[in-house]
Formats: sequence, structure tokens, C-alpha cells
Amino acid sequence: MTLFDLFRRRSSAPVARERLQVLLAYERKSRNQPDLVAVLREEIMAVITRHVQVDQDHVQVTMERGETMSTLEIDIQIPNAGAMAAAL
Amino acid sequence: MGKVVVVTSGKGGVGKTTSTAALGAALAQAGKKVVLIDFDVGLRNLDLVMGAERRVVFDLVNVVQGQAKLTQALIRDKRIASLYLLPASQTRDKDALTEEGVAEVIAPLKETFDYVLCDSPAGIERGAQLAMRFADDAVIVTNPEVSSVRDSDRIIGLLDSRTLKAERGESVTKHILVTRYDAARAARGDMLRIDDVLEILSTPLLGIIPESQAVLRASNLGSPVTLNEPGNAAARAYIEAARRLDGEHVPMALPTDKRGLLDRLLGRRAA
Repeated sequence: MTLFDLFRRRSSAPVARERLQVLLAYERKSRNQPDLVAVLREEIMAVITRHVQVDQDHVQVTMERGETMSTLEIDIQIPNAGAMAAAL
Repeated sequence: MGKVVVVTSGKGGVGKTTSTAALGAALAQAGKKVVLIDFDVGLRNLDLVMGAERRVVFDLVNVVQGQAKLTQALIRDKRIASLYLLPASQTRDKDALTEEGVAEVIAPLKETFDYVLCDSPAGIERGAQLAMRFADDAVIVTNPEVSSVRDSDRIIGLLDSRTLKAERGESVTKHILVTRYDAARAARGDMLRIDDVLEILSTPLLGIIPESQAVLRASNLGSPVTLNEPGNAAARAYIEAARRLDGEHVPMALPTDKRGLLDRLLGRRAA
């Protein structure tokens, strides 16, 4: 079995090691900060609601953590002003 | 003046209590005066693993709250004369312990014992932080597994920020104890290697405890594995780890896979 395993698949430990290294690099940096994503969300929402009416339920925040780059995606549904005017 | 050592981990079920019992017994067998304190209020288990569950009259919470004297709550081990246990309470009140109360328990123990071993509850909550609060040394128990390593990193962060030593600008001496290590799986590349764990956590190694049925057998019987089966590989690893904790230089040997070539080819598992 062991011999065949060598050919069949890549061993999992190096993958575990890499995943941990990436993850912990992030966790260590943000450990003593308040939840950064939550703070960003609040502040971005505050700026946007100054100009547009936004429903809090229609906001999606996702964060993708990569090795060299991360993306913070804030998806806000803004009611279409034109459509609203047409409906009136 | 004795040393306060916290045995801790982020994740539960990695072997903190077993390790506290085994290390404590090994130190006591080597002639040190040792007391084990179970900080896992609400879910005590160290008394069971030590085989003292039927001898508990007073516990840590009784002492902290002034309902019993420290000497009344200390249970002397029946096998080793220099080994004592201070059991945890099964009270449901999680706030039964206070920092001042714990300080008042630790201080006199430190006077009379060489080692005060604190078995911490899992996690990063108040209970775990109280267990590590007065520590001089910390043994971080880790399995070679992603979730365990990650949570150990959190605990190391707490040891560096929330302990009395850290607040005074000193640092708690940290050691990694890897438990449930399976040499065969590590050799196949399906288990994190010791080097990987140490590099990721950048903390020195205290010992590697091989996965062994002797550990469960000892727990079943209520006896530390170092006493129950001193010749077993896991017991020997604990004895050596205890010597290192005591400042002795003991070379680290990786527990090796005992299977022969034929066993490997036939895919037989080592016992």
C-alpha cells in the first residue's frame, strides 16, 4: 500500500504546513486589533449612507486571504434611483 | 522557591491532563516535590487520571473561597510520597476563581514545592488565562495537526501578553510538547513533521510523545503512564521531557517506526 501511495497522491503534510504559515502570518498581525473587517464595514457604510440610502440587510462582506495579496469585498445593493423614479 | 509551570493548549483533547499527570509523576519520581493543580473548574479530570477521584473532599474553589485550608484540600499520592494533587471543583459557577484567590493559593505552594504544575482548561477564556497567570514556564501541548497548531499559536500570544511575567516585561519560558506523534504517518508525509511545527510556532521543543496505547491504558487505570508502564516509549518520552523541563540536557530522539520491511510491504500497522 505504502509503495502505491507514493505514486497515487501528494502527501498532505506539506500542504498543511503551507496553509498554517499563511494563516498564522495574518492572525498574528491582526491579533491585537479590533476586528478589522467589522470596523472597515462600519466606516465604509457610514460614508455611503451619507449619500445613498442603503439597506443594512443587503450588504455582503467577504474576505479572501492570499499568500501575497488579500481582497476585501463589500457588496452593497444600492436601490436604482432611475428605476425608483420610473415607478413613481 | 519553586517553579510554576502551566500545561496548556488552545484546542481541547490534545492531552493536557494526561501530560500534566505524566510530567508531574516523572518529576516526583526523580525526587522533586511536586503539586498538580487542576484549573479546569466545572469539568475536573486530573483527579480521575491520577486515580484520586474517590479521595477528593475539598477542592481548589473551596480553598480560594476560604471554605477549606490549603492543607485540607491537598491530596497526597499513594504511590509517590513527594507528589500532591489539588483537584478542581465541579461547580458550575465559572467565576468561582479570582485572580487574588489564585495568587493566595499559588504563593504558599511555591514556597514548599519544587514544581507547581497547573493543568489548564482548553481555550482562551478566563479559566485558561487564570491558569497561566502566575506561570514561570509554559508547556504548550500540541498534536501534529492543523487545528491544534493554529490554536497553540493563539495561546503563545496570550502567554506573551496576559501573564504576570509578560506584564512585568519579563517572559514566560515556553516549551512545545508534541503528543500523539505517529512516525509512520510522518514518514509518509501525511502528518506534520516536528520541524514544521516548531518552525511555525517558533518555540523550542520539550518532547515528542509517540502515539501509544499505553497512554489510554494508564488513564483507564488511574495511573500516570510513567508509573504504570515506565518502559513504554510514551512513558520514556515523558520522563525525558520532565528531565528537560528540570533543566537537564537530554538529547532528543525522534520516536521511530518499529515496523520491519515485510510489515511495510504488507501494510501492517505497528501496535
